[in-house]
Amino acid sequence: MNVRIKFAKYGSLVYIGHLDVMRFFQKAMRRAGIPISYTGGYSPHQIMSFAQPLGLGMSSEGEYVDIQVYDTYSSEESVRRLNEVMTDGLKVLSYRVLPEKAKGGMSVIKAADYMLWIEGRKKFPENASQLWNEFLQKPEILATKESKKGETTLDIKPHILDSRMEEDRLYLRVSTGSEINIKPDLVFRTFCAAFPESFPDPGNALRIHRIELYADDENGGFISLEDMGDEVAEGSLS
Amino acid sequence: MKTSVNEAIAFSEKRNLAVPEEILLSVEKPARYIGNEVNAASKDPKSVDVLFCMCFPDVYEIGMSHLGIQILYDMFNRREDVYCDRVYSPWPDMDKAMRENHIRLFGVESQLPINDFDFLGITLQYEMCYTNILQILDLSGIPINAKDRTEDDPIVVGGGPCSYNPEPLAPFFDFFYMGEGETRYYEIMDLYKEMRAAKKSRAEILHAIAKVPGMYVPALYEVEYYDEEHPAPDPLLDGTIRSFEPIYDDIPKKIRKEIVKDMSDTYYPNHPIVPYIKATQDKVTLEIQRGCIRGCRFCQAGMIYRPVRERSLDFLKKNALELLTSTGHEEITLSSLSSSDYSHLEELVNYLIDTYKDQGVNISLPSLRIDAFSLDVMSKVQDIRKSSVTFAPEAGTQRLRNVINKGLTEEDIINGSGQAFDAGWTRVKLYFMLGLPTETVEDMEGIPILCNKIAARYYEIPKEKRNGRVQIVASSSFFVPKPFTPFQWVPMCTKEEFLNRARIVRHKFGEMLNSKSMKYNWHEADLTVLEGVLARGDRRIAPVIVKAYEKGCIFDAWSEYYKNDVWMEAFDECGVSIDFYNTRERSTDELLPWDFIDTGVSKRFLIREWEKAQRAKVTFNCRKQCSGCGVGSFEGGICVERKN
Repeated sequence: MNVRIKFAKYGSLVYIGHLDVMRFFQKAMRRAGIPISYTGGYSPHQIMSFAQPLGLGMSSEGEYVDIQVYDTYSSEESVRRLNEVMTDGLKVLSYRVLPEKAKGGMSVIKAADYMLWIEGRKKFPENASQLWNEFLQKPEILATKESKKGETTLDIKPHILDSRMEEDRLYLRVSTGSEINIKPDLVFRTFCAAFPESFPDPGNALRIHRIELYADDENGGFISLEDMGDEVAEGSLS
Repeated sequence: MKTSVNEAIAFSEKRNLAVPEEILLSVEKPARYIGNEVNAASKDPKSVDVLFCMCFPDVYEIGMSHLGIQILYDMFNRREDVYCDRVYSPWPDMDKAMRENHIRLFGVESQLPINDFDFLGITLQYEMCYTNILQILDLSGIPINAKDRTEDDPIVVGGGPCSYNPEPLAPFFDFFYMGEGETRYYEIMDLYKEMRAAKKSRAEILHAIAKVPGMYVPALYEVEYYDEEHPAPDPLLDGTIRSFEPIYDDIPKKIRKEIVKDMSDTYYPNHPIVPYIKATQDKVTLEIQRGCIRGCRFCQAGMIYRPVRERSLDFLKKNALELLTSTGHEEITLSSLSSSDYSHLEELVNYLIDTYKDQGVNISLPSLRIDAFSLDVMSKVQDIRKSSVTFAPEAGTQRLRNVINKGLTEEDIINGSGQAFDAGWTRVKLYFMLGLPTETVEDMEGIPILCNKIAARYYEIPKEKRNGRVQIVASSSFFVPKPFTPFQWVPMCTKEEFLNRARIVRHKFGEMLNSKSMKYNWHEADLTVLEGVLARGDRRIAPVIVKAYEKGCIFDAWSEYYKNDVWMEAFDECGVSIDFYNTRERSTDELLPWDFIDTGVSKRFLIREWEKAQRAKVTFNCRKQCSGCGVGSFEGGICVERKN
């Protein structure tokens, strides 16, 4: 049985990297007594896979880990058990069973929602919305992406899937996943570069919070990873 | 598009961390500095009477792997009136950022400046961390020398194996705790609480602490040396200690170490802290016994932790369960010196495998004596193709093994390897020391000869049954004489002599028939020389440590940071001779810097052992026959069991 766990990562836990969060959850499963399945061999390991790594320094309320279990408590009890063994800065939000046919792992991820703001929730200039609209209406938005292979320039316009500028924050939905992965700070810094007078580059004062991860749904829209699973009202364990 | 469901999460405070976000994001592994780990104590510092900060003066991942700190941390935090926090050496990148931004060193959990604590307890696990101690004090804004500290500074206490010769560090510490921490810390905290409440001064508190058994307050003891004004009665004693005396009549002249008598009726940290980042020891540590029956003559741990005291099987089973449940670790390891000597080892290991193997828990074994039992256990818990069997003969010939009283024979090694080969292993690791007392070229060449015999044993297996080529890896470290061992008086080799001996061994390896199946590594000699001085130094070494630190030495245990030339300059500038401490032969009449400590093991016994060593005579282990070392006066462990 495959289970999807949604969790939040915040506070001082933003300094804990992806691999360490994985290790944390491996141990947390044992502490919480979640009946997780293991692989065989001399060093058996838990059957577990994590979604889309979150950059160091970013917080999130839309993190996911999929696990395989051989038995289960109810969703409510599982969430309770897990939260009892979390530390301040990690919180389990849901525990849902995935339908048998659900595509394995995290290859399904297509988009993510983010919230961006400036440290101290500093207000943006009054014409922020207008500048943002102007930015979006450009025929193409060229951004320079740095990778291990060097710099590449690409048009990010088709990958800004939705957005909303508010007085002290910017909501963004961008393409995410293994095929195309647009980082929210790249979008914001490209925007800043277009309007440097009103939006000087915030440097390390830029704050980013992930809100949700999505897969394609059957109707050509997006479905959150959480909504792909079902609550366990009553588990076989109690 | 979703908006934040829980803004409190998005905008949550980062626990008022002592280091600003941009710095934490710019250094390697910021998790070293944020605390908040699983099972960490969380108390309101204002709600307690005593704030104690426990320090391991090396990087976080090493410090978090240390059992001793976990024991004391747990024990202290059981008290409602005490809050114990932790601190580790900031890595050079953080060290630099802290200095540039004037950030004071802080406890990782409370994030309070170290200077706000009542005590700073520093564990002394190896000599090469001494400059890191100065780094900790310096970054905390605590004067490096105890005499310069004010009523507002924490009381700095040291403990651990290196405190068995605390003298090179004497000026930096307010007191040293000699022996095992479980016994006297509560008493010290009560005393401190009471005296602080009565508005007593720092000097009065330290004087009172000096009366508690096991406590050494260096400022209350005066050392005098033979010098031009006070010539030595014998030229051999020139420059050595003339007298070592307490300055008050009401404090002990000799300080006796503290030990836990009953290891099954004491504190054990059932809920150890689980770091976010991978610690060096990322597993449950189960200490099965303390002390060692063997009496290897080079081994300080084997002498200072006497007598051997075992924990009961029931105690260990109960604790194993709680430890695994509370941490979620996927591995458990047994910890002790010479684990094979633990009386219930077989039962314990089989119990752990039977109970936990199916729950995905790995059992990792400390280096066990290789025999049918250990090979059987190893084949259950390890992949034979990937693992190796390990021996520590320490010396290449039986004569020299007798000198050092290492009970392992060539027959043990060849038979053990043979059994391992028959069971499918193809890799053997061997540990040796070079520079042991009385060592000759024959002993050095004995190392490759022994390795060659092991390889030859492998090739006795019919070709069709072999798993490819055998791999023998021999490593040698250089011998450093340590206080409280029968070798505490012997001259140590110079760097050149060490390297020369390593070359002799390497050359001989090349001549061996099976040389293609053998590999030989040796340790660095520079560090060994420094370790030698720090291990057997006296108070006159302290200025050298300060000088080296001021010139930029920290993390000396890390070869990428170790600056040998800077250390050598520091010795020169302070006018301190390395040879006086390392290569000089000490007379057994000499008053040694650590003679004021009573480990229970008598000097008479050590002299007897040194004499036997020179005649290559072995001494039986404690279980076979009591050798009258003197530690029976503690009336604990094997000394009592033998009598019954």
